[in-house]
Amino acid sequence: MSMIEFHNVQKYYGDYHALRNINLTIEAGETVVLIGPSGSGKSTLIRTVNGLERIQEGQLIVNGQDLANRKTDMNRIRKNVGMVFQHFNLYANKTILENIMLSPRIVLKRDEEENKKLAMSLLDRVGLADQAQKMPAQLSGGQQQRIAIARSLAMRPKALLFDEPTSALDPEMIDDVLNVMKDIARDSSMTMLVVTHEMGFAREVANRVIFMADGQILEDDSKETFFDGQPSNERARQFLGKIITH
Amino acid sequence: MISIFANYGPDLLLGLGRTLLCSVIALFFSLIIGSMFAIFETTPIKFLRVIARIYIEVFRNIPLLVITMFFYVVIPLTFAKVDGFTAGTIGLTLYTSAFIAETVRSGIQSVNSGQMEGARANGMTFWQSMRLIILPQAYRYVIPPLGNQFINLVKNSSVLAFVAGFDLMYQGNVIASNSLDTINTYMAVGVLYLVITMPLSYYMRHLEKKLA
Repeated sequence: MSMIEFHNVQKYYGDYHALRNINLTIEAGETVVLIGPSGSGKSTLIRTVNGLERIQEGQLIVNGQDLANRKTDMNRIRKNVGMVFQHFNLYANKTILENIMLSPRIVLKRDEEENKKLAMSLLDRVGLADQAQKMPAQLSGGQQQRIAIARSLAMRPKALLFDEPTSALDPEMIDDVLNVMKDIARDSSMTMLVVTHEMGFAREVANRVIFMADGQILEDDSKETFFDGQPSNERARQFLGKIITH
Repeated sequence: MISIFANYGPDLLLGLGRTLLCSVIALFFSLIIGSMFAIFETTPIKFLRVIARIYIEVFRNIPLLVITMFFYVVIPLTFAKVDGFTAGTIGLTLYTSAFIAETVRSGIQSVNSGQMEGARANGMTFWQSMRLIILPQAYRYVIPPLGNQFINLVKNSSVLAFVAGFDLMYQGNVIASNSLDTINTYMAVGVLYLVITMPLSYYMRHLEKKLA
């Protein structure tokens, strides 16, 4: 079953055409990496999937619900589709443990004991169980991002969206975060859409790589075609050449 | 001044009590009403934003005395009978709410927008995100200006004197005209206002340090 389907999606900011005729299907359990130069619309695209950005035209079906329909309950979508942000966006006024437990408690009405058990096991999974009682500001960026991932996982989502999860991190922090993400990607039931320039991550766990520029999808390849063959699109080839040499 | 306290102590204390009561009621409700309009101003719903804008501009830009007179004179003519204390307290509440709304709104807007996005992306509704994540942080930012509003509120409660609200200022006026000792009477009244405002100001400072 497909988890996310874009059909001729258009998105405008005023006169600016941010997403141009997007057609894209992501199957349940797939890990898809989205790359492209800044301003290409990849963040906009990923933010439409959980309704943080509204689309103006076309059809966007996520987990069986049409997001173009004004009547669609966004909160229902977001229960099933988590998001990890570039700047973590942990709740500054809550402890690490509360950050993870809050939404399951008030949105899913999960039993408190079970909630805490799951939260602690997730903290353990991201290697930060000893930080449970700290405030977000006391943690490093890499730690905060791993907490943000744990917070999303606590909702037991079907899909996770990652919007440049390592771009704001110091280099030595990036691997810890990527390892957690790889761990999730290997779980075959989780659908992942990841905006990143970490090509090592893409090579290792992605099923597909999508290249965007100027609000359009220019390339949509399997990982093998993209890295081992050659992207057919000239701009995609150039872009790949630039980021691979780093 | 001692003799004023000695001769008119009970009257002054009565006034002090009235001023305190009016201030507490007005503070409580203006914080609620003000926060409500602050949230309205920051919602994605245009209708609520417009309502909030109109409220704030109207009540912020009309003198408190005029608002109070409206409730004291106009409302009794058409609707229910209200005494001076009630009219004054309502007027003061509505007036102060407009300022508190602006203060709290600035607090909400200084909370990083990522906080709201993080909460929404985790399935919380706008109201849940506001109540649990945004407002607690917003209040922390605006404790100093809120303290100013609270102190202004206490001082502005002297508007009750104009509508026979039997507050501290009203008692002062009465005592001054009875004793003919104007200077000492108003000094005593000033001291009693300080009795309310100084601890309030000290408490807000304490809160600011504690939460910062």
